[in-house]
This record gives sequence, structure tokens and C-alpha cells, in this order.
Amino acid sequence: MNAENIAAASMAESAAARAVSPPNGLLVRIDVKGLNFYYGAQHALKNVSLPVYANEVTSIIGPSGCGKTTLLRTFNRMFDLYRGHRAEGEVLLDGINILSPDMDVTSLRARVGMVFQKPTPFPMSIYDNIAFGIRLYEKLPKSVLRERVEIALRRAALWEEVKDKLNHSGMSLSGGQQQRLCIARAIAVEPEVVLMDEPASALDPIATARIEELVDQLKERYTIVIVTHNMQQAARVSGYTAFMYMGELVEFGETEQIFTKPREPRTRDYLTGRFG
Amino acid sequence: MNMAGHSGHPENGSGGRDGGNVVPPVARQAIKRGQPRWGDAAFRVTTAAFACLVLALVAAMAAVLYDKGYLSVRTFGLGFLWSRDWDPVRGLFGALPAIYGTVVSSLIAIAIATPVALGIAIFLTEMAPAGLARPVGLAIEMLAAIPSIIYGMWGLFVFAPFLAKHVEPVLKKLGGGTPLFEGPPMGIGMLPASLILAVMILPFIASVMRDLFTLVPAMSKESAYGVGATTWEMVRSVVIPQTRTGIIGAIFLGLGRALGETMAVTFVIGNTHQISASILAPGCTIASTLANEFSEAVSDLHVSSLIEMGFVLFLITTVILASAKFLLWRIEARITGK
Repeated sequence: MNAENIAAASMAESAAARAVSPPNGLLVRIDVKGLNFYYGAQHALKNVSLPVYANEVTSIIGPSGCGKTTLLRTFNRMFDLYRGHRAEGEVLLDGINILSPDMDVTSLRARVGMVFQKPTPFPMSIYDNIAFGIRLYEKLPKSVLRERVEIALRRAALWEEVKDKLNHSGMSLSGGQQQRLCIARAIAVEPEVVLMDEPASALDPIATARIEELVDQLKERYTIVIVTHNMQQAARVSGYTAFMYMGELVEFGETEQIFTKPREPRTRDYLTGRFG
Repeated sequence: MNMAGHSGHPENGSGGRDGGNVVPPVARQAIKRGQPRWGDAAFRVTTAAFACLVLALVAAMAAVLYDKGYLSVRTFGLGFLWSRDWDPVRGLFGALPAIYGTVVSSLIAIAIATPVALGIAIFLTEMAPAGLARPVGLAIEMLAAIPSIIYGMWGLFVFAPFLAKHVEPVLKKLGGGTPLFEGPPMGIGMLPASLILAVMILPFIASVMRDLFTLVPAMSKESAYGVGATTWEMVRSVVIPQTRTGIIGAIFLGLGRALGETMAVTFVIGNTHQISASILAPGCTIASTLANEFSEAVSDLHVSSLIEMGFVLFLITTVILASAKFLLWRIEARITGK
């Protein structure tokens, strides 16, 4: 498929985000087309269209209540859990509309992992926290499972710290370690996409730096979408940035361009601290 | 005096408000004394008295039960606890059949009610659409509000004949002559008593569990859904472990109620002082024996024996409650200790 054309077409639909020329050679992993989202009667996302490029970090920024987390939660249909939450339009994951009613939501969520604002380790051992997701989908012999757990922990840069206490409770780790445990848990099932909803908002600066470093490493294997309040963080970790305001996608583009030469006055005003 | 302190330093108030200047100690004292100290003391004494009243009541009850039952204690000694005799004519009394009936009927009831309550709580918190969750939740609470005598009458006139006709024969056939299902299917006995107890304690366990489950943070649940877990997998791995102590507490709450339940059990258990391995056979509980025999007890020893049995019930519930607390404490210590 021609990523450029698809991306260009989807861009054309979003009046605010026109004039973005998608770079060559990038695969569009998630393609959002004309997405509207409703919390009951409240219209939370208004005709949002944007591409999420494979093996890139895309950050979504904007003031509180702008819809960035809402957008993120459509990518794994987490909103399905709640009554009255409803999405219209298309979210194509590898060309297949995940909003379609016959989408198998549990297997979708195995393909699109998620990391939350606060570390949410399961109330079980460190090992089981990682093995949990793998066991749901694969029947593996013990030794293979152990290997998979180790790989996930290594990729999440946590292995060295926990290898001697895998049977300790996940709750016994520090906040930063817990969040890396959650990242390891998300990538253990080999997803294509990892969604991160302000993953460092509950962490201290050092733990935050480690998470950011990790995000940069993870993009080699996974496509990452990160929602953040912290604009410096968006600038540091992401290759592409979407700026949202009041449920609309105001501007999408390469992070450097968004931060140095924003096309939209609202983006510029937000980035310079005039509102938000 | 307070007023004088204030008016003597009118500038203090504004000074403190403006720049957070240090308020002179005199003025600070004046502000503190604004409220009468004795009010606080009186409040503390009153609330402490109320709290102590509870302790005093429990102690007084235990003392009275023991005192009135002392004749029986002196006559039978500890043997009262494991004697199977119950013969008012010869003046022989033993509590074992009633203790056995009390414990066994309650345990069967808990074994039946717990999984059902768990299912109800999971359904109501995780799966039921709003239009169903509310009426079902209400119905559960209504179950708790039905007086136990109604359960007893329903049990005797409707449930027992139904069991005798349709359920117990099937159990006997399936059981294939095991002692558990021996005896004629009468519809009166341990099984109906346990089943009715299960229905009666179900709402308590279910509503406590439901309230517990709603306390689990959405983010924790979502993190399990987030790796592709189904609702049951999420509940098993996140909700139940996180609420484990509360669940155990809810079960013991139900057990406590089942142990002391009187009227409904008295109607359907058969009130026979015997211990049978068969759950189809009639039996008795401490509470049902007391309800049945108090009005007919003529000899002092009979009355005293009944009261001692009440004391035993008191001890059983206390021990169960205490062991529940101990269990919860152990679990909590293990979770936080790691």
C-alpha cells in the first residue's frame, strides 16, 4: 500500500491539518479517518484524522480536556467498557477498521498495548505480572515462558534490577520500576502498537528520564503513541506531534516543525504559553 | 478575658493577614481560648462512654449466660459439649448434636452462597447494563429485608414439599446410596435448612462484594483489559486479589449471621437431637433448640442447659469473628510486608 497516498488523503480531510507532506518510506500503522467521539451527548472528538507512522513515536499534546486521552483510548477500544461512550468514523489498524462491531476486542488489545498514567501492576509477583498476558494467548512450556518474560523485562530496561526477585510482589517495586514493569507487561505479548497515557506524570524526574530513554529504544520494535502534558517531553521523545484543542486536531506534523515553525496560530499560542 | 486580649491588640489581625507576620504569643493564646475547653472534654467523655457501653454489654451478656447456665455447667461439666444425650425426662442434656447442626448447616450455606454471591457481584459491577444492575441490586437488598419468619413459612409450606418431591429423590439417585443422602426424602432436615440459610445470607455477602468491587480503580481493571484479558480473566487476576481481605470479611459476616439464624431454621430443620451423616436427615441447631424448647422447659436443669447452649453459641460466634479478624490481619501483614 502506498502510505504516502493514504496519509495524504486522510490529511486532506482534516482542514486544520492540511499541507502536511508525509515523509517517504514510512508505513502508516494506524490511520484515523474522520473520527468523532461522544460521551453521551458530549461531542469529545470532532472529525479527527491523522496517521500514526509505524516505528515512530507520535505524541499527542494539548490542554486538559482537549480529547487527547479520548483519542488514545479509541485505538484499543478501551472506551467500550463504558456505557454511552461511542466512536464514529474509522480507525484503521493495518488497513482494518477496528471500530467495526465484529472486531475481536480482546485480541485487538493484545495487538495494541497500553500503559497508564499511574503504574498499575497486578497484585501478583513480578514474574506473573509479565507472564499473565502471555499466558492468555499462548500455551508455552515453562522454559520458553521464562525466556519471554526475561526478554520483555530486558526490553523494558528492568531485568537487571529485578532478576533476583522475580517472585516478589510487583507492588514492592518503586514507582519508576513499577511503570517499567507495566511497559514490560504491555510489550510481553508482542503488540504492534503501545499506547502511553502520560506514562511519567506520576514519576520523579530521574524515573521520567529513564522512561523517556526507554520509549526511544522501544520505537525500533513498536509503534508508540504517547499522550503528554509535558511539552518538553513531547519534543524530546517523539518524531511526530499532534496538537489538539477542544476536541479538534489543530495541527499534526513532524515534532521539530510543530515546535519551531507551527503553521497554526493556535499551536503557536499554546506552545508559547499564551493559553492552556 | 478573651475579648480584652483581642481588643488590646487590634493591629495583630491585619498584620497576620497581610504578610504572614508573626502573631504575638498573647494574641495567639487569646484566639485559641475562643472555644471552651470543657466542651471538648465532655465530648470525649461522652463518646468514650458510648464506646465502653458496647464492651460492657458484651461482657454482661456473657456473664449472665454463664451464670444462668451454671447449674448445667456444674452438672455436666465439659462433657456437655460432646454428649449426644438430650433427654428432658431423665434430666440428661448434651449440646453436641446442636453444635454439629449449627456449624454444618452454616458451612453448607456458606459453601453455596459464596460462589453465587461472587457471580452476582461480578455481574452487577462488570457486566450488567444499567437498566438491569439497579433493579437486580435492589432485589438483592430486598432479600435481606424479608423477615426470617417469612423464610421459615415459605420453607416449610413451599420449599420443603418441593425438595421432597423433586430434588431429594434425584440426589438420592445420583448419590448412589452414599451416607450423605441416606434416609427418606422428607424435605425437612439439614439440606433445606442449609439452602434457606444460603438464600438468607446471600444478599449480605453479595452486596458487600459488590461494594468492594466498585472500589477497585478503573485503571487497574483497564490494565488487565489492556493486555487482552476477558472480563473473567480481569476479575480473577485483578478484582478478586485486590479485594481478597474484604471478600473474606464478607464471607465471615455471612457465616456469623447463619450461625445465629433462628426462625427460618427452626421451621425446616426438623428439630431432632441427632447427628446424621445424611444431609436429608433432620437435625437441630443451637438457635432452633432454644426457640423450640424454652417455653416447654420445666426443670431448672433443662432451662440451665438451654442457657449454657446459648453461651456456647456466643463463644462459637466470638471465636469465628476473632479468627476472621486474625485471618484478615495475617493476609494484610503478608501483602504489605512484601
